Amino acid sequence: MNKKTYPLTVTLNGQKVTAEIDPSDMLAYVLRDKLGLTGTKIGCDEGECGACTVILDGQAVDSCILPAMKADGCEVMTVEGLAKGGELDPLQQAFIDKGAVQCGYCTPGLLMSARALLDENPHPSEQEIKDAVAGNLCRCTGYTKIIEAIKKVAR
Amino acid sequence: MWKEYLFPASVEEAVAMLAQWDGRARLIAGGTDLVLEFNEGKREADCLVDITRIPELKEITQQGDTITVGAAVTFRQLDDSLLIRQRATVLAEAAHTVGSRQIRNVATLGGNVVSALPAADGSLGLRALGAEAEVADIQGRRWLPLEELFESPGQSKIDASAQVLTALRFKALSSREGSAYERLARRRALALPILACGTAVGLSDDGRTFQWARVSLGPVAPVCFCAHCTEEFLIGAEVSPETMARAGEIALSESNPRSSLLRACKEYRQEMIKVLVRRGLERAVAKCQAPLSAE
Repeated sequence: MNKKTYPLTVTLNGQKVTAEIDPSDMLAYVLRDKLGLTGTKIGCDEGECGACTVILDGQAVDSCILPAMKADGCEVMTVEGLAKGGELDPLQQAFIDKGAVQCGYCTPGLLMSARALLDENPHPSEQEIKDAVAGNLCRCTGYTKIIEAIKKVAR
Repeated sequence: MWKEYLFPASVEEAVAMLAQWDGRARLIAGGTDLVLEFNEGKREADCLVDITRIPELKEITQQGDTITVGAAVTFRQLDDSLLIRQRATVLAEAAHTVGSRQIRNVATLGGNVVSALPAADGSLGLRALGAEAEVADIQGRRWLPLEELFESPGQSKIDASAQVLTALRFKALSSREGSAYERLARRRALALPILACGTAVGLSDDGRTFQWARVSLGPVAPVCFCAHCTEEFLIGAEVSPETMARAGEIALSESNPRSSLLRACKEYRQEMIKVLVRRGLERAVAKCQAPLSAE
């Protein structure tokens, strides 16, 4: 069967890019398989674990269940867009400093949820931090160090 | 999976696109339920018509006493809206309990209604507010009581291959009225409710009796449920701990929850109906006495 492709255009980590996609592709797969950015992880593939979190027009979204077409013409930021000019984002540094990374699989998603929160609200309360990352599952750390790392940047 | 994905610019265009595809296209809003249903093979369509770029569907507006919420308004928008928090608290609280931040940023109120789950938080909040829904199709638009949209678990009476749910509207609560949403789940995010209850009440001028009340519950019936006997009992009843406890008993008697392997047994849900209805009424009453902050 002939599948029609669509030229998807997004501003990805500040740069305009185009990819030929199948209209039924999910954004996470387009980012990983068509645009080569494998920092975005796929865990549950059903919008539960948050490993695939990216920032779409300023808001954290689960990219594994987001039709890529929804991102057409929009700004997308992935974990690859956090470090600037060889300098880690303060959140990335805080995750390292506080030992908030163990196996690391959830880390890109957590960083993007935290970044979206801090971009909107630079001084969140602990409850607001917990609320913002409640959709990111981590099976290693028990969350304490993750919350501490975000708090370190939020202060 | 679908082969085409379209963004209509208006409701009329969306309806025309659906008509053109003659049953083979389906509407999509946030897609947080729908994409999973496609992945599980429960749905099929050749084309998706995405309504989330239609400006009028993304607005929360107030005209006089009526609040209108566009069907593509996200749970995040509801959660953040001062108007909804103050004048339709039950809906703001319900919105906050949905999924996770990532889901609330995408999932829409209209999608929640059309997904037609008996414990849909958005629908339970709306039912407590006595909401109406506007449906558009090739014949035009019309307002219907919300309860007329639910067919069976997961099945809406709205035909998403031909019709568009465009808006939900309800009366803004005044200073002598209050509402609240109670929810019990295995965790506080990304968990469907074991039981959820929306309450809205209006009190007499002296604050001593209920003038009216609405109590929504889920999942206690095949569709999003309103406890009408409980509501009737409360009209004219004294505002007291005894009345609110009795309301919980009556709500239990008119509900029929089932056992769920994943969430809770019927017996536990029955016990919790009494607790959630009482707590919801207490909090809704407390909000009536709280002064409204500046609008």
